[in-house]
Parts: sequence; C-alpha cells; structure tokens
Amino acid sequence: MDAGILGNLWLGFQVAVTPLHLMYCLIGVMLGTLIGVLPGIGPVATIAMLLPITFNLSPVAALIMLAGIYYGAQYGGSTTAILVNLPGESASVVTCLDGYQMARQGRAGPALATAAIGSFFAGCVATLIIALAAPPLAEVALKFGPAEYFSLMVLGLVAATVLAHGSLIKAIAMVVFGLLLGIIGTDVNSGVLRFTFDIPELSDGIGFVVVAMGMFGTAEIIANLEQGEHREVFTAKVGRLMPSKEDFKRIWAPIMRGTALGSFLGILPGGGALLASFGAYTLEKKVSSHPEQFGKGAIEGVAGPEAANNAGAQTSFIPMLTLGIPGNAVMALMIGALMIQGIAPGPQVMNEKPQLFWGLIASMWVGNLMLVILNLPLIGMWIKLLSVPYRYLYPSILTFMAIGVFSLSNNPFDVLIMAIFGLIGYVCVKLECEPAPMILGFILGPLMEENLRRAMLLSRGDPTTFITKPISAGFIIASVILLLIVALPALRKKREEVFVEEPK
Amino acid sequence: MKIKSPKNFWAGLMFIGTGVFFVVWAMVHYQMGTAVRMGPAYFPTMLGGLLAFLGLLVLIESFAVEGPKVPKFAFRPLILISFACVLYGYLMKPLGLVGATAVLVIVSAYGGHEFKWKEVIILSIALIVFSVLVFVKGLTLPFPLWPAAFS
Repeated sequence: MDAGILGNLWLGFQVAVTPLHLMYCLIGVMLGTLIGVLPGIGPVATIAMLLPITFNLSPVAALIMLAGIYYGAQYGGSTTAILVNLPGESASVVTCLDGYQMARQGRAGPALATAAIGSFFAGCVATLIIALAAPPLAEVALKFGPAEYFSLMVLGLVAATVLAHGSLIKAIAMVVFGLLLGIIGTDVNSGVLRFTFDIPELSDGIGFVVVAMGMFGTAEIIANLEQGEHREVFTAKVGRLMPSKEDFKRIWAPIMRGTALGSFLGILPGGGALLASFGAYTLEKKVSSHPEQFGKGAIEGVAGPEAANNAGAQTSFIPMLTLGIPGNAVMALMIGALMIQGIAPGPQVMNEKPQLFWGLIASMWVGNLMLVILNLPLIGMWIKLLSVPYRYLYPSILTFMAIGVFSLSNNPFDVLIMAIFGLIGYVCVKLECEPAPMILGFILGPLMEENLRRAMLLSRGDPTTFITKPISAGFIIASVILLLIVALPALRKKREEVFVEEPK
Repeated sequence: MKIKSPKNFWAGLMFIGTGVFFVVWAMVHYQMGTAVRMGPAYFPTMLGGLLAFLGLLVLIESFAVEGPKVPKFAFRPLILISFACVLYGYLMKPLGLVGATAVLVIVSAYGGHEFKWKEVIILSIALIVFSVLVFVKGLTLPFPLWPAAFS
C-alpha cells in the first residue's frame, strides 16, 4: 500500500503493455466478442473450455486472456441484440428491447456506437473503481478468521440465490446440491474418500471445469437444438455510425447512471453483468421524461444497460480478487484458473503477486480500448459470422469442449462426467432449476466445510461464534435481511417483473 | 391431492432423493464426529438434510400453487449429443484424434435438424485440421493422431 494507487497502476500498465500480454489481451477480447456475438455460447462455457489450455501460460497471461473474454463478450452481445434481436450474451437481453427497434428504424449505426461508447466509458470507470476499492477491502479481509469467512460465503451464496430468477427455494436447493457435489473426493482432515464409490478418478473430486462445461456447455447445446433455427439478421443497412449531437445529449446521463449502478451491482455477491443490465434498464425507464418511448427505440434504453453490464462485468472481479470469493459463475472459473496455476485465491494475492493483480486491472483498461477501436470497424465481419448456421457451430463447439476436457488428464472418464452433467443440466433447465447457483456452491463447498470446521474448533463447538463475532454477525444479518426481502410478497412481485421484461 | 405444478413436483422429488441419498450414504459409511471435531460425515449429513427439507418444501408447494407443465424432452439431441462426447473420450486412444473427432462431429450432427453428408464431412475435415494445428502442433497436447495399430 506504500506505492499508492498511481504507483500501483503504473506497475500494472508496465505488465499489461508487454507485447506478450498485449497479445493475450487481444486474443481474449476478440474471442470474447466472437462468442458474445454468437448466440448459444457464452463466456462461462468458453472460459471453461480454455481453462485446461491456460495451464501452459503464465498466471498473468492466463488471467488477462480469460478476463478479456468476459468483458469482451459484453461488447459482442450487444451487436447481436441490436442487429438480430437475439441476446448473443445473456446480459444483453434488455438491449434487444430498444436496440433492435432502433435498427428497424434505420438507426442501427448509432445504436451500435452508443453501446460501444457506453461500454468503454463504463470500462474505464470500473477499472478505476477496482484500483481504488480493492486494496482497502483486501486489508480488511486479511483480518478475517474462519468464522468471518464462513459467514461471508453464506452471504455470497444467499445473494446468488436471491438474484437468480425463478423460485427462491429451488435456487437455494441448487446451491446446497452444488455444495454436496463439491464434497465428493478425499476429505482433507481425515483422508477418508467420500462419495467416490470406489472410482479412483473421483478421489481428487469432480473437476470444476468438467461440471461447468456439462452444465453450461452440452446442456445448452441440447436445449438450443430442440428450439430449432430461426434467425433473421438485420443487415440491410447499419448506416451512419456516429450518434448525432441530439443523441449525445440524450445518452450521457444514462451512461453515467448505468456505470454507477452497474459498478455497484457488480460488486455484490451474486451480481455481475446480467443483473446490472436489468437494473439499469428499469432505472432508465423510471427516470425518463418519456417512458412511453421505451421498447420503441429509445436510445437511453441502449446506453444505460450497455454501460451497466460492462461496469458490472468488471467490478465483479473485486470480491474475487480481494476475498477469493466468486460472485458469479465466471468468477468461479477465474478462481479455478488461479488454482490451476497453484495460486491460492484470497486477500494475500495482492501483496504476494502485485504484478498479477495490477497487471490484470491495467489490462482491463487496455482491453476496453482495443474493443472500442477494433469493434466498430469490424462490425461487418461480426454480421457475416451471424449468418453461419447453428448446425456448423455446435459440432465445432462440442469438439473444442471435448478436447479441452479430455486434455485435463488424458482420461476419457472426464468426458463421461461432462456428458453426465450435461444430462443433469438439461433436466435442471426443464424443471426450472438454475444451474448458476449450483456452480457457486460447488466451488465454495470444500472452502465452506474447511472454515466451518476451523471456526467450530476455535469456538469449542459453540455455534454462536458466528453471531457473537461482529463482522461475522454482520454478514449473517445481511443474509437474513436479503432472504426476508425476497420472501415478502410485494417485493417478490417486483423482482419477477424485472426478470420478466424479456423480448419474445 | 392433485399435482398443480408438475415442474416443482419433480424438482422436489429430485432434491429429496439426492438429499436423502447423501445423508444415508454418509451416515452408513463415514464417521460423524462431534461439533468440535467434525468427522467426514458431519457436513454432508447437514447439507443432505437441508436439501431434503428444501425439496419437501418445493414438493408441498407443487400441490398448492399452479405452475407450468414439464416441457417435453428432446430425446434425440439429448442422447446423441451426450453419446457423441462419450464416444470421443473413449475412442481417443484406440482411434486417435482424427478418427475420434470425425465420430464426434458425425454423431452430434445427426442429433440436429438437418443432416447432409457432404456438409458434415467438410465440417469434420475442417475441425480435424484446426484441432491438429492448434491443439497438437500449437499447444503440443500429447494426443495420438492415428489409430494405435498404425503407429
């Protein structure tokens, strides 16, 4: 902390602009845009696919590339939303509402440019917020004992379920299901093999990548295939790109509001890009002096959510980097990437690996710059890509997933497990059980058990330790309040409204 | 009693079944320990019990609150896509990367809506070339290219 924010950022930029890291940043943001543009494959599946490969990279290069995929996908998703009326990435669902209408009115160009400008502005601000907020948070986190950690994880998981859509009880049940799956493998305390059913491959537990690829990869392909193909690309004319002076007057305030709201919602456990964009759209509609234009091509409805989803995507790195706690599925994968590199995630990363920490943050700003420079001229190319039929895409995606999973340990068993989780994921989709909370539970399962055991050992078996320690009590109270808020019928209705606002 | 929400009914049963399984298996096979020194069965038993309880709530709700039907399962893609992945894994050693990729692409393409041999063959060749160049040559993953009998 002696170097100060500027000194730290300077160090970060020195790391981020080395040719090698620039290259991985570019690969990351391009890949991110690509999968953001393509409906049917999202950042979770892509990052899961690339995790095994990052084993061969340095930790800095690996994280820079994977982070680029996440925020790059937010840029790409808006392109598809505006031109095809399909969310290329789940966070751009709301952009379809007004973006597509703008395209139909011949204003696709300004809509795309607004999305890019909003995202870039939000990306710059979010980078600064991370740089400012992360060090003090990490300092606090260093003082956490096992009780605080356990309660913090409870809060994180509760928040993830509250913010998931659909039934609250089912979301909590999915978290618990994930926690149970995380327990499979060797118990670190006793050395006992738990739930391995004498299968040697299970003694190290089920690989996180394998589960994520099954639940988000194969399950999604199967779900997409049953829907059939109906995609109309609105390529007639993108038209003039630059928004008019009048447009600029209308978008600056939504961009500021979107950035602020998105940054805040991104930091919350369970938050991230998706929640941010929904929140921003609702907010813009509320404060607008002409709410009747929303859904009919209001440029504010593009500017606010697009700024918010990018801000949220980036600030969701804060809890992951400072506390070692993932707020959403992508961050859970980032933790997986750190662990593959032999780095234990947590508050100590910032002090022990300043190059990694600040290099990653600086690379986000560099990546945003690349995106805004590259994306607008490349829009023609992305449009072409959209005309590639899904029947070519999904076997390709499957091939890369299968290679990735197989290469984890050159064992067909991993591919079998992936297929099984594909089945489980598909059943969950059919029964409206969200897979994202399960993934969070899965990654936190072993950590929670470890901290629970330690906390109970320290308190000599007294469970009140979680509410007598002030910080821990704060987390528990916050969790209870969150649950109560959602359980109250009035607010529950509101929550449903926000998530129902999807285009057909 | 009439099931009003089939989705919740089945989801509830699924959670109860999973929870009870974890509880029973943990209690039978592992030591419980005490709250101070938790044995390997302690945490799974707690969680399993919680899961079964939540499942019960969902199940009860399914008799009280109206909900949508469970949509039909698309068995063709479900079976073929999963099968294609499993085949890929188990054929990698005997057939090599080239053969395994071809099988994966053909079987998974058969799970889609349209299947044209010409397209599928071109797609498999493209994906094989890409996999070999990027993963085997570029990232030097130790995959056999051809069937074990030939090399």
